[in-house]
Amino acid sequence: MNALEIRGLRLRLPGTARPVLDGVDLTVAAGETVALVGESGSGKTLTSRSALRLLPTGATTEGRVLVDGQDVLTMDAAHLRTLRTRKAAMIFQDPRAATNPLRRIGDFLTESVTLTKVMTRAAATERATELLDAVGLPATVLDRYPGQLSGGQLQRVMIAAALMGDPTLLLADEPTTALDVTSQAEVVALLDRLRERFGTGLLFVTHDLGLAAAISDRVCVMYVGRIAETGPADTLFAHPRHPYTAALLAAPPRLDAPAGRLAAIDGQPPDLRQELTGCAFAARCRLATDLCRTRAPEPVAAPADPGHLAACHHSELLEGSAAHA
Amino acid sequence: MNFLRFAARRLLEMAATLLGASFVVYGAMYLAPGSPASFLLSGRSASPAALQAINQQYHLDDPFLVRYLRWLGQVVRGDFGRSITYRTDVSTVLADRLPATLLLVAMALVIVLAAGLVLGWIGAVRGGATDSTILVTTTLAIGTPSFVAAVLLQGVFAVGLGWFPSSGAGEGLGDMLWHLTLPAIALALYLIGMLARVTRSAMLEALDGDHVTVARSRGVPERQVIGRHVFRNSLGTVLTTSGLIVSTLLVCTILVESAFSIGGIGQLLELSTTTKDFPTVQAVSLIIVALFMVVNLVVDLLHPLVDPRVTLGSRRNDA
Amino acid sequence: MSATALTRRPGFGRLAAARAPLHLISLAVVALVVAAALLAPWLAPYDPNQVDLGAALAGPSADHLLGVDAAGRDTLARLLLGARTSLLGPLGVVAFSTLAGIAVGVVAGWRGGWLDSALSRSTELVFAFPGMLLAVLIVAVSGEGLLAPVIALAVAYLPYVSRLTRSLVLAERERPYVAAHRVQGHSALQICLRHVVPNIAPVVLAQSAVNFGYALMDLAGLSFLGLGVPALTPDWGRMVFDGQTAIQHGYPLSAILPCLAIVLTVVAFNVVGERWADQVARRDPR
Repeated sequence: MNALEIRGLRLRLPGTARPVLDGVDLTVAAGETVALVGESGSGKTLTSRSALRLLPTGATTEGRVLVDGQDVLTMDAAHLRTLRTRKAAMIFQDPRAATNPLRRIGDFLTESVTLTKVMTRAAATERATELLDAVGLPATVLDRYPGQLSGGQLQRVMIAAALMGDPTLLLADEPTTALDVTSQAEVVALLDRLRERFGTGLLFVTHDLGLAAAISDRVCVMYVGRIAETGPADTLFAHPRHPYTAALLAAPPRLDAPAGRLAAIDGQPPDLRQELTGCAFAARCRLATDLCRTRAPEPVAAPADPGHLAACHHSELLEGSAAHA
Repeated sequence: MNFLRFAARRLLEMAATLLGASFVVYGAMYLAPGSPASFLLSGRSASPAALQAINQQYHLDDPFLVRYLRWLGQVVRGDFGRSITYRTDVSTVLADRLPATLLLVAMALVIVLAAGLVLGWIGAVRGGATDSTILVTTTLAIGTPSFVAAVLLQGVFAVGLGWFPSSGAGEGLGDMLWHLTLPAIALALYLIGMLARVTRSAMLEALDGDHVTVARSRGVPERQVIGRHVFRNSLGTVLTTSGLIVSTLLVCTILVESAFSIGGIGQLLELSTTTKDFPTVQAVSLIIVALFMVVNLVVDLLHPLVDPRVTLGSRRNDA
Repeated sequence: MSATALTRRPGFGRLAAARAPLHLISLAVVALVVAAALLAPWLAPYDPNQVDLGAALAGPSADHLLGVDAAGRDTLARLLLGARTSLLGPLGVVAFSTLAGIAVGVVAGWRGGWLDSALSRSTELVFAFPGMLLAVLIVAVSGEGLLAPVIALAVAYLPYVSRLTRSLVLAERERPYVAAHRVQGHSALQICLRHVVPNIAPVVLAQSAVNFGYALMDLAGLSFLGLGVPALTPDWGRMVFDGQTAIQHGYPLSAILPCLAIVLTVVAFNVVGERWADQVARRDPR
């Protein structure tokens, strides 16, 4: 069974003219790492949060989000709590903001499982100590306050916290953005190791293509609430079949660019207050034709690889072309 | 240890401010127009010999600083001089009247904390119409001075309905509690509004924090999310406010005790002011200022317990 | 991140809209009270001290629209003329404390050094005296009259203004235009008066507007105690005190009306002042 399976997820917010997520399909198999890549505002964070039903107030949804075979969007409160404590867990972008500065680390690690009576206090503390060891932190950290740890250490605590309920699915929302370069590499390596050791599926949300290539088995590229292209990491980067992916690869992020942003592609993503007809990328695309502007493309598999899908009317034009167009 | 050193430093600072306050309190009386002797005689004309005797008795011929230092020396030993109105030691008058005031302030404080925190909590968590209702109610409460509340409560619940006595402090604890209920509510009303506002906005700020989303995403039940991560995080602000709350309570006892004729130090201050009983005015003012400073000291010492980020001596509200 | 913008509490916008009518009502109340105070001598149907003992404690009638108090004086006339005293006092407090507070704050913030620390110390000393207590002390010394409590409260409120001014001046002093004017040879006094003070004025005035409500409450409390306002002058706080006896006799009207006047006025000024402070804070986030 897949750790996460999203089918036709459509999410609307009040005051917007079109769905923020528009028919997202995404699968994370058990033990697999999938990278979800996209710019700010592309909906990648919303997509990952939907797996925990962490939706903005007023949001309405269509479609299905299955975690471990159960539909997250329709389950009752008790099941949702079980899902959040034991089946899926999220590692957030900024560990400093994600921890309560007034409560001790030990308290933070154990609160989800003890307050929901999944474990006794003693068992929870024991597991917390084991997991701290697994992420390379001493047990003395339990009595510390978040303010006494570095950002890298805190993100390890967050990872340990996510593993407390032994989940089948880990969601990592740009877990390295707020860290310095050394900690980034360590955290990524650690996540990969732990995924293997505990057999969890990992959805890794990032705007960093290099990181996505390094860590993932498969990559999903998201643009304006839709999955533009998805495929095995190596083929997708070697032979992109969507002009957006190709453009991203052609313009790798500069080191001095502000974090959280992909390198410049001409133009802006369409505004949420406008309705969209046709392909979302058409306005910025070199290959766009009248067809692109009138009809939204469906994802189509590459002739050679049924696992490599792109939502583009003209993907054959990119066929075989190198990334550095 | 760090804590002891900090406490010692704050105590010293407090002593210095108290010294300054005592100088202001004593100096103010010295600046009063007309000679103190004429106040003592309250307008009656007296023979030069009688004036001489009074000047002698109250050391009115000595220079100001000498008199201040003598007074200060006595105050330190708990001797506030003799009350001109009551013809006894001021300290005796105070000892008689302090318990009623302290009980009144304590009752009001309990009411303020209970009602203010609950209203602030509900307003922040519920939102919507409940929140708007609480906002309007607290706005009204903040605009109601304690003496207005006192007179209105007295009219409705004491005179109109006869549920509570309309004046006096009562004898014995049970009776006193009964007598002081309306005054305590009158004293509390304004501060309930203020504390509810402060709690509400502090909780809304905490609710916006990512750590709240994280706690929810980990399946922590909502009630505990609010208790452990939202309310808990607003306690620092509440603690900082409580210094202001206690000082306001102390001062407003002057009004409320007068409205309900409770023979506490508040009413004593009012009476001794109108009768120009300076030793008593000085003593009561100094006690109110001292109590206020003690409360601030306690708040400062408690702050690191409530918020581990605050190291002793750094006040977050300075920022 | 898009998510942070979306997870905001959606109640906020609606709440601001729900509070708008409150703000409008408050503005209307402020206008009404100020108009009543200005026009009182022409509006008042009787002399506020004219005694008609036969009508004492009478309810509303064609002769006395809002009834008569225990001493036989017309309540409407006393309310209208009382508005003058009740507003004039706080106005004095706010004017004094704003002017002196700005002066102290600008000097402390601009000059810094020993002057700053001396001023900060004395500020702390004043903070130790709650405003009412200081006022009671000074009234004890000076006797009857509105001036003494007004000055006492102005002194008590001064630190709030001066501390705010000081922090604003500290920020303002670092701005480039100040250095530019210095280079051009303008004196410190000129720069402060022409540029710094006008720039920080909105924020400070908003603080003073909020102080107005508090000053009104404090002064009304003092006159409730019989301190400050001379005995025959009509004043709302004094009217509450006079009405207390009427309540004891079962005639609450002459006490309830001045209570209402005080609460409505304070609430109106608070709402208008806070709204102003909010707007200033939003326009000028420091």
